[in-house]
Amino acid sequence: MAPSSTRAVRTTRKLALGTAGIVGFLLAWQLIPALGIISPQYLPYATDTLARLGEEFRDLEFWRNVGRTMLAWFLGLMIASVAATALGTIIGLVPFLRRATHTTVEFLRPIPSVALIPLAILIYGIQLQAALVIIVFASFWQMFVQVLYGVADVDAVARDTARSFALSRSERVRYLILPTALPYLMTGLRLAASVALILAVTAEMVISNPGLGRMIVHSQSASDWVGVYALVIVTGLLGLAVNLGFRLIERRSLSWHQSVRGEIVL
Amino acid sequence: MRETLLQVEHLKKVYESSTGNVEAIGDISFSMSAGELVCIVGPSGCGKTTLLKCIAGLLRSTGGTVELDGKRVTGPPPNMALVFQEYGRSLYPWLTVRGNVELPLKHKKLSRVERDQLIDDALEAVGLEQAAKSYPWQLSGGMQQRVAIARAVAYQPEVLIMDEPFAAVDAQTRADLEDLVRRLHLERGMSILFVTHDIDESVYLGERVIVLSKSPTWVQEDLTIDLAPERDQITTRALPRFTELRTHVYEQVQRAKRGQAVRPAA
Amino acid sequence: MTLYTSTIRLPRQRSHAWKRLGESTLFAIGFPFLLLVIWAAWSTAAPATFFPSPVIIAQAFVDTWIGPAFVTDVLPSLGRLALGIILSIVIGITAGTLIGLVRWLRELLEPLLEFFRAIPPPVLIPVAMLLLGITDTMKVVVIVAGAVWPVLLNTIEGVRSTDSVMTETARSFAITRAERLRYLVLPAASPRIMAGVRQTLSVALILMVISEMFASSSGLGYRITYFQRNYLIAEMWSGIVLLGLIGVLLAAVFSIVEKRVLRWYHGIKEVERA
Repeated sequence: MAPSSTRAVRTTRKLALGTAGIVGFLLAWQLIPALGIISPQYLPYATDTLARLGEEFRDLEFWRNVGRTMLAWFLGLMIASVAATALGTIIGLVPFLRRATHTTVEFLRPIPSVALIPLAILIYGIQLQAALVIIVFASFWQMFVQVLYGVADVDAVARDTARSFALSRSERVRYLILPTALPYLMTGLRLAASVALILAVTAEMVISNPGLGRMIVHSQSASDWVGVYALVIVTGLLGLAVNLGFRLIERRSLSWHQSVRGEIVL
Repeated sequence: MRETLLQVEHLKKVYESSTGNVEAIGDISFSMSAGELVCIVGPSGCGKTTLLKCIAGLLRSTGGTVELDGKRVTGPPPNMALVFQEYGRSLYPWLTVRGNVELPLKHKKLSRVERDQLIDDALEAVGLEQAAKSYPWQLSGGMQQRVAIARAVAYQPEVLIMDEPFAAVDAQTRADLEDLVRRLHLERGMSILFVTHDIDESVYLGERVIVLSKSPTWVQEDLTIDLAPERDQITTRALPRFTELRTHVYEQVQRAKRGQAVRPAA
Repeated sequence: MTLYTSTIRLPRQRSHAWKRLGESTLFAIGFPFLLLVIWAAWSTAAPATFFPSPVIIAQAFVDTWIGPAFVTDVLPSLGRLALGIILSIVIGITAGTLIGLVRWLRELLEPLLEFFRAIPPPVLIPVAMLLLGITDTMKVVVIVAGAVWPVLLNTIEGVRSTDSVMTETARSFAITRAERLRYLVLPAASPRIMAGVRQTLSVALILMVISEMFASSSGLGYRITYFQRNYLIAEMWSGIVLLGLIGVLLAAVFSIVEKRVLRWYHGIKEVERA
């Protein structure tokens, strides 16, 4: 047997099985309405849905809606991560603030962000700002908690070392706290990114600010079920892109840190 | 002559990897009688762990046979117990000390009373009666390794296999544990196959010492240790004969490291 | 002599303990209290339409939720939430263990799972409405369809990464399949499973609210939207507070359960840190 054959076989096998899984799923989707298990009226054929997907991809208005959703996602994520990093670092570094805000954080964090939708609508109406309130509130906590953990996680020995060498405050932040907190920060960013996308679409569905979410609701009220299914797939693909993208960023930026972080489960 | 318990013949193991095939074990043959304590030493990286895993049926060999009690080993045999070097990973942290010792007995058809008796007896044998209700991670490294030994003792195996069990404990604990192994062997007549990289340890513990060559491994020497069965950390180690044997094994291992020993034609 | 010193010392220690207890209580409620006072003062000084004072919200909370609304709106919502959470956890752990243990199954399903968990769960509501109508089943299905993923994926990952030495130990002692699952695989995966459950809880709560905002004539989500549409601001706020309380309660119950289930895990972490 050739030296690298086992690994190559394994990769090919994984690829083949994965493809088989997707093909099998599409086949089942095609067969269920064809065999009348669920009426094609309720579950359109896979081929019809994919064809619609192709049409949408050639439609400029569709891409505008994708742009609107992603803009809300991006702005929300930006605001949330900047605010969470700043507040998290300050509160995490000052023991007094950490103690004083602990219960408040523990109470605010579990509040489901969607509970704020009515309030956001009242204040901002059917606008991007209303959606941003929801997106920022949801993704803020994901980041914030990770930053708090990260800043608090500085190794005791490393800190004593820094103190014994009389590193200044800014040096300590630069060489000790930042590198320790960075992995947590990246994890928080990845989690926040996927939460922000979910809330961006949800907000469009409930608040009716323009974007993919509103498109889905419109298709639904027009009984355009093929359109609904096609758009669900689009949101899934967007989510997939966000997940994979941020996982890649996380891995890239922390390639030096993987061994240290490997075991931690939050 | 005592009856043969373990028979290893022309064992060979080749690892396949992307960088090329690695012949870890060339050709190993030896046998072990019932009630014997045999030590295996060799230079680091000579495939000691590989050999053990093949004997224990955890790894499939590329060629040759392993027979236990006249039966060929293809999977883990029921009448064999293992003590690993990584005690922290071989004990289950979610079970108490008692739970860990009890686990392998669960499917043996024993009454509650018999089982409890076996556990109590095993814990007493390693001196851990008081720690039965503790969790492994609450104990020191040496005590954790005692738990692993107790688990093996309670299992009542025909042969006990130990893979560098004391490599990760401090020197004083190590001496205590060595005496524990000697005692188990003498008082309970246990057959023990003990792998170590420590030359002193092999001579002190073993009735026989098998010296392995460097990889691809073969048996370089099979040496009988003609020291009295009653051994003592101070007096035995001070004996001129001990020093002689030790020096002999040391030279053999040095030769093995340099690859000076010539493999006899098969 | 000893008697003398001990009588002197004892009260001092006690007062010290009291002081410490008082201090931590102060820290626990000080900041939230301060926030409430600022809010109250602000809303009285400059009455804003959308931010009624906490006193008014508290009054509305009592008037709105304590009474028949608790039975007609709150309890059904909580029932669906509980059912959705339980189903998510059971399905997630069962399927996750199976997929985690069987390699070909995992390789077959991996791309599909990656895709399905990336779908924002609320977009499934229109689909579920179409297939199941506006029913309780539909709402529970939506909750499960969105909340099952964290448990499922974490279980797969946890089961898959069982320590090699632990597995070899089980094999060498010829431990049976069922025992291996019960005493090795599931406990080893439990820290990850619990991390998944934590996320599942918050996703389930969100989906409970959303599914009721969309397609319902009762339930918490419906009520809050109703109050908003009719400009019943204080009542709307009381609904937000109630949802917050449910979220806090869920988190509290979770942390109690988690502390029990993962006692060994936290124990190890403590030992490592020391």
